[in-house]
Amino acid sequence: MKKISGVLLAVVAAFAMGGLALHRHEPINALWIVTAAVCIYLLGYRFYAAWIATRVLRIDPSRATPAERLSNGRDFVPTHRAIVFGHHFAAIAGPGPLVGPTLAAQFGYLPGTLWILVGAVLGGCVQDMTILLLSVRRDGRSLGQMARDELGPLGGFAALIGTLLILIVLAAVLGLVVVNAMKHSPWATSTVAATIPVAILVGLYLRLWRPGRVLEGSVIGVVLVLLAVLVGGWLDQQPTVRAWFDYGPLPLAACVVVYAWVAAILPVWLLLAPRDYLSTFLKLGTVALLAVAIVLTHPQIKMPAVTQFIDGSGPLFGGKLFPFVFITIACGAISGFHALVSSGTTPKLIGNEADVRLVGYGSMALESFVAIMAIIAATLLDPGVYFAINSGAGVVGSTPELAVSTISSWGFPVSVQQMHDLARAMGEQTLFARTGGAPSLAVGMASIFGSSFGRGLLALWYHFAIMFEVVFILTTLDAGTRVGRFILQDLLGHAWAPLGRTSWYPSVLFASTLLVGAWGYFLYVGVIDPNGGVNILWPLFGIANQMLAAIALSVATGIIIKSGRARYALVTLGPLAWLAVITSTAAWQKIVSPDPHIGFLAAAADLAAKLAAGTLSAERAAVAPQLIFNQRLDAALTVLFTAILWLVILDMVRVCMRRLRGLPLRSSSEAPYRERRLPAAVAAGH
Amino acid sequence: MERATRIGRALRACGAALWRGLRALSGDDAYERYRAHHAAHHPGEPPLSRRAFCAQATQRKWGGVSRCC
Repeated sequence: MKKISGVLLAVVAAFAMGGLALHRHEPINALWIVTAAVCIYLLGYRFYAAWIATRVLRIDPSRATPAERLSNGRDFVPTHRAIVFGHHFAAIAGPGPLVGPTLAAQFGYLPGTLWILVGAVLGGCVQDMTILLLSVRRDGRSLGQMARDELGPLGGFAALIGTLLILIVLAAVLGLVVVNAMKHSPWATSTVAATIPVAILVGLYLRLWRPGRVLEGSVIGVVLVLLAVLVGGWLDQQPTVRAWFDYGPLPLAACVVVYAWVAAILPVWLLLAPRDYLSTFLKLGTVALLAVAIVLTHPQIKMPAVTQFIDGSGPLFGGKLFPFVFITIACGAISGFHALVSSGTTPKLIGNEADVRLVGYGSMALESFVAIMAIIAATLLDPGVYFAINSGAGVVGSTPELAVSTISSWGFPVSVQQMHDLARAMGEQTLFARTGGAPSLAVGMASIFGSSFGRGLLALWYHFAIMFEVVFILTTLDAGTRVGRFILQDLLGHAWAPLGRTSWYPSVLFASTLLVGAWGYFLYVGVIDPNGGVNILWPLFGIANQMLAAIALSVATGIIIKSGRARYALVTLGPLAWLAVITSTAAWQKIVSPDPHIGFLAAAADLAAKLAAGTLSAERAAVAPQLIFNQRLDAALTVLFTAILWLVILDMVRVCMRRLRGLPLRSSSEAPYRERRLPAAVAAGH
Repeated sequence: MERATRIGRALRACGAALWRGLRALSGDDAYERYRAHHAAHHPGEPPLSRRAFCAQATQRKWGGVSRCC
């Protein structure tokens, strides 16, 4: 029976992929992509993941997990696998798989889609599952601790610094996405602003009035934020109230920075925890709704399979298809950040090693499916509209007329009237140059939802989608800032011990200010950059995230080889080699490329030359020195990322060589075997 | 008639399982789980109050890496 279902899956997958291949020069239906994706995930899960589980990881259902051995009713709790799956998916699903594929759609629908599928099945899912099992075998230790225990202090330190840097770049780029979605949009701004008091109200409810009644609190909160979307639409019609929420990008960026700083120093129960409950509900609900709506409406994809921008001249970000499609997709295919969650809360809940396949591999496959839906939502727009929304004014021209003529000249016709009508339908003044991916995704989602659940409500759907994206971007921002603060305090503690005390208030204030200041700086430069800022920050984030994935895969490869299973090492070594190649190539190009569109240093030199020659407008000349400095700083940061990456890889190679030569090694930190005594299936809810 | 009650019972069981899953997924039942664990493993010791337990649980849950990009 299992064999028959496997063969059937393979046939359907081949059929859907064949459909994709044969439809190259005509519009293709999104259902082909959805079908191919689902079949490929199921095949990967059914065969590859099962093979890895038994042969490479030697998963042993008779072995007691830390949730059983260290059970304390608090963080170590054996939990039903469906519940762990839900927890883990909610934790790994962030805004990355929505933004990355939307940006990568500039290459056409095909390259991004293929990498999301291949990268997830062979890379991301494998990484998540492997790290999860390794952590389960080591009492739920974190990635940094495992790197230190198994490779050495260098690996551990590199993992720590890498995580800190990725958090800074991540927070900056996410802040920028939020700012671009809210600039001069009173509806979006007022709705997002309303989510803060709503979250605080829910926080108080769960703390003071009904402690721990999470469902009640969440339902109240979700109803209130949905109301806020409605009220925002009404506010937008009131001339005086409207002006209170109408801000340009700079004041909004300042608000985001101040907000995040306050959120990072407030107690978690007041803002972070309740916001997280709201965003998780919205996230799971919206993702499910989107899947249903895509199947119901089965829209046509309007973007060509491959665009001319694979040559590196893309308006959203510069750089050729190789390696930048891989850097840009990031979390939808493989995300280093997941290794932190897979070695954090989740391993302490696993009641049976056999659940690791579903929780690790399965959650990432679902996350990757979210990325597929994001690329569908981006590519079902008219390509002209997609480029008009996502291209910075510095690239296509600062007036609507200039922008549409530039974009139409690329072969993607769009008119000012069309953009005007679209903005009106979405309840906005303009949609030009709303870079960052969130607005174009919201337009795509609004059109999908609009045609399945009521076309007259486009503006409402658009602002619902914006609110949904912003709410969980802010959750990631809050949580990321806080984690970054802990790491920073840990590092600062080596310089002066009191700074390392995570509950000492002066240290909390100091580390939070330092961290928020760091990403606030990148956010500020992104906002003043006429090319939109995302074109610089997203590749930087992509490189950092893939670097962290490479660190995780290095730890995994090192452990697999140390445990005498070198012949299976290719399972993690393959994706590791590929990530090392793409991040190093991307870093190299970002540093030395003579094309100012791609290279940081070339862009700095180009801008400096223009500034010296006096050919810049007064407005652009005013910000040029800061942009020049920032480009150089970004180049330095890229060098640092690459150096960390290769340090860890070489450290791993050193450990493996010692093992292969039979030299003494650090002993494995795997916890000794103990027989599992829990009943075969942990009852749901316990 | 008997069939109708059987279907009704199955539906109710289904609904109850869904409700339990939803509660477990959201952490709504965390305190009850703690009480069950406490009663089984530390009989005789007084358990934490609901308020104190929930305060600790919130602090613990959001103290580490709980969310991704």
